[in-house]
Formats: sequence, C-alpha cells, structure tokens
Amino acid sequence: MTKVTMTVNGKEMSGDVEGRTLLSGFLRDDLGLTGTHIGCDTSQCGACVVHVNGVAVKSCAMFASEADGAEISTIEGQANADGSLNVIQQAFQDHHGLQCGFCTPGMVMSAAALLKENPKPTEQEVRDYLEGNICRCTGYHNIVKSIMAASGQDVGAIAAE
Amino acid sequence: MYNFDFEKPSSVADAVAALGAEDAQALGGGQTMIPTLKQRLASPSKLVSLTGIADMKGVSASGGAIKIGGATTHATVAAEAGSYPALAETASHIGDPAVRNRGTIGGSLANNDPSACYPAAALGSGATITTNTRDIAADDYFQGMFTTALDEGEIITAVTFPIPEKANYQKFVQPASRFALVGVFVAKYADGVRVAVTGASNDGVFRWAEAEAALSSNFSASALDGLAASGDMISDLHGTAEYRAHLVGVLTKRAVAAAA
Repeated sequence: MTKVTMTVNGKEMSGDVEGRTLLSGFLRDDLGLTGTHIGCDTSQCGACVVHVNGVAVKSCAMFASEADGAEISTIEGQANADGSLNVIQQAFQDHHGLQCGFCTPGMVMSAAALLKENPKPTEQEVRDYLEGNICRCTGYHNIVKSIMAASGQDVGAIAAE
Repeated sequence: MYNFDFEKPSSVADAVAALGAEDAQALGGGQTMIPTLKQRLASPSKLVSLTGIADMKGVSASGGAIKIGGATTHATVAAEAGSYPALAETASHIGDPAVRNRGTIGGSLANNDPSACYPAAALGSGATITTNTRDIAADDYFQGMFTTALDEGEIITAVTFPIPEKANYQKFVQPASRFALVGVFVAKYADGVRVAVTGASNDGVFRWAEAEAALSSNFSASALDGLAASGDMISDLHGTAEYRAHLVGVLTKRAVAAAA
C-alpha cells in the first residue's frame, strides 16, 4: 500500500492505496464520495467523470496513485457555497435533464468542463462533447437542453430529435 | 485486476531503470492499458507511469517539423499542434473529451491498435519515432497489429512529424466503439504523397502504394478512379473485407478533396 494525498473539492484527503486502486474506487470506497458513479467500469459510459487538475477525466480509467498531489473536483463539490444547486445543476432540474439520474453526475461534470472551455457552445458542440457520456434512459435531448440553458442561451427553439 | 507495484518517475533515465524489473510495463495515459488490466489480459509486476516526466510533454515546431513529446495528451496535441492542422484535427477526434485528457501519443503508438488514429497520422506523415535509445522511421516502426519495432522496456520519448503542404484525415467510425472502422490519412509533401490506412487490414496500419503513386502525379480525387485497395482486409460483424476495401477508396478521395 502507498499513501496518496490529493485535494478533493478543496479539502486535502489522504489514504492508503494499492497499485491497482482506481481513482473512482478511492473516491467512493475510501473517501465515501459515492456521487461519482461507476456505470460500465470499462471507460465507455462517463458516469465516473471527475475533474483532475481542471480537466474532465474518467475516474475509472485512472489510478489513484496517478492523482497523488492533484486537485480533484467531484459532483459533491459542485453546489454553491450556501448549498444551493449551481447553475448547471439547476438547469438540469429546470429542464428535466435527468430521468433515472445514474449518469447525471458524469453529465454535470462533463458539462462543467465544456462550459469552462467553451462558455457558449452550439447544440452540436454540446452533443459532440458528450460523446463519452452515455445515458441509458436515452434522455439526451433534455440533457443537451439543460446544458444550453446553463450557458445562458435560449433553449425554446431546440426541437426534439 | 491483478495487483502490481506502481512507480511514477520524473525522468526518462529513472523510467528506463524502473522498467528493468521483470514483467514491468510502461503506462501512458492508461486509456487502453487500464481496460486491458481489468480484463486480466495483462499481469505486469509493476507499472511505470510516464506521465510525470516533464521532458516527455509538449509540442514544439521548428524547421518545417513539429515535435510532440511521447507523454503529450491528445487534448494538448489538438490544442497546440496548430502548425500541422491535420494532425491537430486528427487528435481532436480520438476517443472522447475525457479520454483525450489522459491518452498520450506515445501510448497510442506503442500499443499500435489496428484501428487507432495516430498510427495512420505517423505513417502517413513519415514521422520519426524517437525512443530513449534511437530514432525509428515510421516505415520501419509499424510491424503489424499491436506489433512495433520497440524493444522490451524501450520508451517513446517524442514523435517528430514533417509538416506537409496539405493533409487530411478521414475516419469512418464504428458507431459503438467510435474507433476507426477505416481511417485514411493523406499528406502531400514536395517530394510526393503519402497515404496511410488504419482499421482496414489484418496487418495493421499500411501505406496504399498505388494511391500514393497516382496522387503524386495528380493530387485530385479523380486520380484514384479505378484504383482498389488490396491486401488482407479485416472482416467482422461491423463490415466485410470488401466493404472495408471500398471504404478505403472512398475515404482516400474524401481526404484528398478536404486536404488543406
């Protein structure tokens, strides 16, 4: 076992991990941050997306040891300081951007990464960015709508596909 | 996943030393390696991460060539390889955004997946693969599906691409995996045209010599009329060998038409 230390949602966290311990497992099992979901565990579905040093990463496809010293943001750190939903989370609620909710943490984290690098994406850019996030309810339409709304754009005209 | 020791050296020399251990394995971004380990298709005693080696990261252009560190992520190539737009464009469509934030050019080329994009870019550009011990020409480097000229414990430290006059990469994605069902990279240099095909052949990435000859004398899609790619094409549930051969022709024409 090796000791790793990382800053998770602004707080320094440590734990002992094996070489094979995945970041997703460390967050969930050692730190109790179960908002990061493991859907496929084959790095296809994106439910486990977190931010590592500011960029979106599939936490089931990164070893905890690789994140030693890194800054990690998870879904648990997304709410505003007063506990209210942040703009992306609120948009998902307002536009019914979740059905069963399993993929939602990854969707919100990918959306946050997209809007950081591209604050006013087109609908196509949103869809392209979500290539690695799978919603098995197939609720993409309202997810895209939520992200467009979170970027401050008018979503009335987004037609169902 | 079987357990293993994990090391993250900060220099190439330390990485080479760490890889001297029996059954040690280099780890790039892990976007192929980690799924492979999960399936217990590999059982290294030790993984040596190359992502902590600053000398192996980054993009620099000079003298008509662009050099990319072996541990540079696809996202960084997409963002910073502007002096070779077709290469940046190729990198920007590998996997998905989260995969591009971890996956590295060295990892992709060392793995040499028969459906990966970077092997086509490297072979199509006549790139030079630099390791801790030598320079290897792309023409000598790719030796068949998942097979390369790399020796045990040899690390790709950088890849240098001569910048062509025009180039383009066309990928026809397998809809589930988003890997290339077939991908064609076309690059026009002053001394001739190179055409590299990924995804199609049981021999891995290959150069389509007939198309290169035709395009070198006339760089237009019509120069390819009547030419058909031959070779030991992959046939699986996603497409027959004939279908893949047909796609090679179509995508090569598209790449020529789109080359800029």
